[in-house]
Amino acid sequence: MMRVMSWLVGFSRFWYRFIIGDDWTVAASLALGLVVTALLNAAHFPAWWVIPLIVVVTLRVSVQRSQRRRTPSA
Amino acid sequence: MTTGIVTVLITTFLASAVEAIEMVTIVVGVGATRGWRSTLLGAAAGFVVLAVLVAGFGLALSAIPIAPLRLVIGALLLIFGLQWLRKGVVRVAARGFAGMQIDTQEADDVWTGTGVDWTAFVLAFKGVLLEGLEVAFIVVSVGATAGQLGAAVTGGGAALLVVGALGVALLRYVARIPRSFLQLVVGLLLTTFGSFWATEGLGVSWPGGDGAILGLLAVYLLTAAINIAIERRGAHRGKSTLNLTEVAR
Repeated sequence: MMRVMSWLVGFSRFWYRFIIGDDWTVAASLALGLVVTALLNAAHFPAWWVIPLIVVVTLRVSVQRSQRRRTPSA
Repeated sequence: MTTGIVTVLITTFLASAVEAIEMVTIVVGVGATRGWRSTLLGAAAGFVVLAVLVAGFGLALSAIPIAPLRLVIGALLLIFGLQWLRKGVVRVAARGFAGMQIDTQEADDVWTGTGVDWTAFVLAFKGVLLEGLEVAFIVVSVGATAGQLGAAVTGGGAALLVVGALGVALLRYVARIPRSFLQLVVGLLLTTFGSFWATEGLGVSWPGGDGAILGLLAVYLLTAAINIAIERRGAHRGKSTLNLTEVAR
């Protein structure tokens, strides 16, 4: 039982680190981007540009967030 | 008849080679960055599952819905790839392309435990399974349509062997690439393939088809370069707020 629990905890921790990592906004913004892409596609609008745009913006924001974590007063 | 066989052979070889390049790129990139043992285990597990699927489904393989697979695998690669790309940008901005050796700040990116590095395992497994399935689809669809399944299998198999051998031959050169730069490159590639597959998995067509992968790579490369330039300019002004904790991760 303990071994199963330990495995489940390790399994959950792995997926948390894999998906959330050290900046939850990356996963959140990409999930939002996929939803927007699906909605636009369902409405027959061109949607291929959404994810690239989200990636470009998220990368900049995530780098800036890492800066702010070091200097909270900035 | 011979012309038909040659056409099927060349078609399946070239189409499969494109998929095989993507597969080998992911495996080599992940292996060089995270370590080889778990990466090769993941790749081998991917091939085993692929072989079971091919043996079990045979010609009915094309009935497996590839779109949901592309969406799930693409989304996971995209999320992980973008996190790696961010780390690569921060490290290259902070230390340039130095760091041939793995230093203590980068050590936690390389698996040092005795067990399996599940991150490397999962990345390699997914890359091999998805791309391998696409090769299998190409072989089955082209071979069955042309009535030349043998030639199609030969073409697809030859593509995997040739591209795989090229990947092995390039390993020694990949090992010489500075780690900070390698992480940037692998992050770029995972983000590119992840964007392409996840969006395709939602049923969206890319302008230019598979050629859009190169366009995505160019856009992300430019974005990374701009971010590095901004961070380095900030550092030179003495106002850099680069997170050393981030660099150390």
